[in-house]
Amino acid sequence: MNLESTLRVKRDAGKKLLVPYVTGGLGAAWLDVVRAVALAGADAIEIGIPFSDPVMDGRTIQEASQRALDIGATPAGIAADLSRLDIDVPLVVMTYYNPVQHAGHERFAAQLVAGGVDAAIVPDLPLDELDGWGDAADAAGIETVLLAGPTTGDERLQRICERTRGFLYGVALMGVTGERDHLAGQAKVMGQRCKAATDKPVLLGLGISTPAQAAEAADAADGVIVGSALVRRLLEGGGPEEAGAFVASLRAGLDADSVSG
Amino acid sequence: MSAPVRGDEVRLGPPGPPPQARGRFGEFGGRFVPETLIPALEELEAEFRTAWTSPEFRSEFAGLLSGYAGRPTPVTECRRLSEILGVRVLLKREDLTHTGSHKINNVLGQALLTRRMGKQRVIAETGAGQHGVATATAAALFGLECIVFMGAVDVERQALNVFRMELLGAKVIPVNSGSATLKDAINDALRDWVASVETTHYCIGSVVGPHPYPWIVREFQRVVGDEAREQCRGMLGGKDPDYVVACVGGGSNAIGTFAGFLDTDARLVGVEAAGLGLESGKHGASMSRGVPGVLHGARSLFLQDEDGQILEAHSISAGLDYPGVGPEHAALAASGRATYASADDEEALSGFQLLSRSEGIVPALEPAHALGWLQREAGNSVPLGSTVLVTLSGRGDKDAMQVAERLTGEPLE
Repeated sequence: MNLESTLRVKRDAGKKLLVPYVTGGLGAAWLDVVRAVALAGADAIEIGIPFSDPVMDGRTIQEASQRALDIGATPAGIAADLSRLDIDVPLVVMTYYNPVQHAGHERFAAQLVAGGVDAAIVPDLPLDELDGWGDAADAAGIETVLLAGPTTGDERLQRICERTRGFLYGVALMGVTGERDHLAGQAKVMGQRCKAATDKPVLLGLGISTPAQAAEAADAADGVIVGSALVRRLLEGGGPEEAGAFVASLRAGLDADSVSG
Repeated sequence: MSAPVRGDEVRLGPPGPPPQARGRFGEFGGRFVPETLIPALEELEAEFRTAWTSPEFRSEFAGLLSGYAGRPTPVTECRRLSEILGVRVLLKREDLTHTGSHKINNVLGQALLTRRMGKQRVIAETGAGQHGVATATAAALFGLECIVFMGAVDVERQALNVFRMELLGAKVIPVNSGSATLKDAINDALRDWVASVETTHYCIGSVVGPHPYPWIVREFQRVVGDEAREQCRGMLGGKDPDYVVACVGGGSNAIGTFAGFLDTDARLVGVEAAGLGLESGKHGASMSRGVPGVLHGARSLFLQDEDGQILEAHSISAGLDYPGVGPEHAALAASGRATYASADDEEALSGFQLLSRSEGIVPALEPAHALGWLQREAGNSVPLGSTVLVTLSGRGDKDAMQVAERLTGEPLE
């Protein structure tokens, strides 16, 4: 099953979806972190392939990306590491367009396939510029997830929904990745707009940092993506155990909510 | 039409050609940005398309260029320098504009667009501080809130410009990420813009960034080349110079200059920063040593490693310390209409001193690269007796302290 069918099955069974983000190559134990996150109840896992100039990312993921690059993380190396994973959870890489086009669309897609990756998010490659990579990814069986933002108009949202694969990434706030004290007011509106526009799974991401925020956001969508709150714990020295515990707390927040609500 | 003279009203030439579909210059350009920014770029493009053919907008822009920025700027015949180099040197004097560099042309245009779009806040990136000062100036003139992102390294080496921006009411935010220079200032400006786009205009200072910026900035800067062409023809008996030379960081003064000469027989030469030398790996020569890539919203040439990670640039001049170049330059190089060369830190310092001593004009370190290139190439690739127009994109006051320390080896008291 590809990413979209996996997520659909779980959603249709009444489950709220949880997709944690882990920066690839962040420390020698990073694959153990991915395993722990999988065991703790992730429905898919987003793997960041670090880029030198991540303009959609706030301080936490910037720092994680830089640390990973400093200790030698490369797209090919991360894909090779992922191929050694023995987990049954779909993988979605998140990176920027320059490393993709530099490797070459077909070659990059082939590396992902070899790494057992199901899908890719390239946030600086909007709908209008998607063609080269989008076609190569489709041909290789890599699902390219598109983002829709609070500023996206209805007509454009419709086109994004049609073209996205895997799921629709609803950008839950105006800004870059990073933890926030409160869930942005735009999050629920975004979730509702996206849900009204497509039957594909809708996940909200950006600024979702706690179990309570995750549950609140998931009310308006099919699930959430949580990045900075997890990566900060890793930057502060947390290992697989702490990562697993945090993801389990997010899982519990989502499950309690879907049971009660 | 007579050549523009200082004190005249500014007469804008006709608009130049827009880029091809999807903001392309050949294979370069485009709009590679997060989805959140797309509507704002579409709005800006539509606004500019209307404004740039509107007689009212053009007349207001021209009025600001003459009444506020002090245009037209002269072309100066450099008699002593010409004698020394054996080529006839003409300088387009952007150093004489208000705020001391060509950057004012673009920001006045973008400030007018900001007002038309009903936005109250502008953000900008700056390297040497010239664009930051220009943006802060226009923001003060138009009563806009102004935030300038500047690499922490540049804040250090351009302290005077930081003070000028603050004096003008702008807030300067030092950027510590990455190489803490211009590239990182653009990253943080983009991050701010993703959050603030509904109320804020991003006033990009060069012909870089997503479509429509490379087009807009070229059009607001083409007054440099349009004026210079007419002025040169006035001085050269109707002829064009043999060479038209400008320094290239992102490339706004060069593209503005070249725009006026594309349809002539003049050879167009862009001069990049070779830093400590092209072989040292510490330079800003993205045309010579870069490969196609996508950064800051556009496909162009960038310095990058084998995995597509962007490399740090190096130059003595903060304004050329950028690992990329505007997409239209990449296209001009690909088509062969313009050629791109480089001058290293030492050659720039030499050009800096040469113009100061021979003509009594202290250039900014950025155009000092163009002068350093000419000093090296006159009598070599540039035949003796040639006529060469060099755009003096800015004045060197901001660099005086840094050059003094460099030449004497100790800090100025």
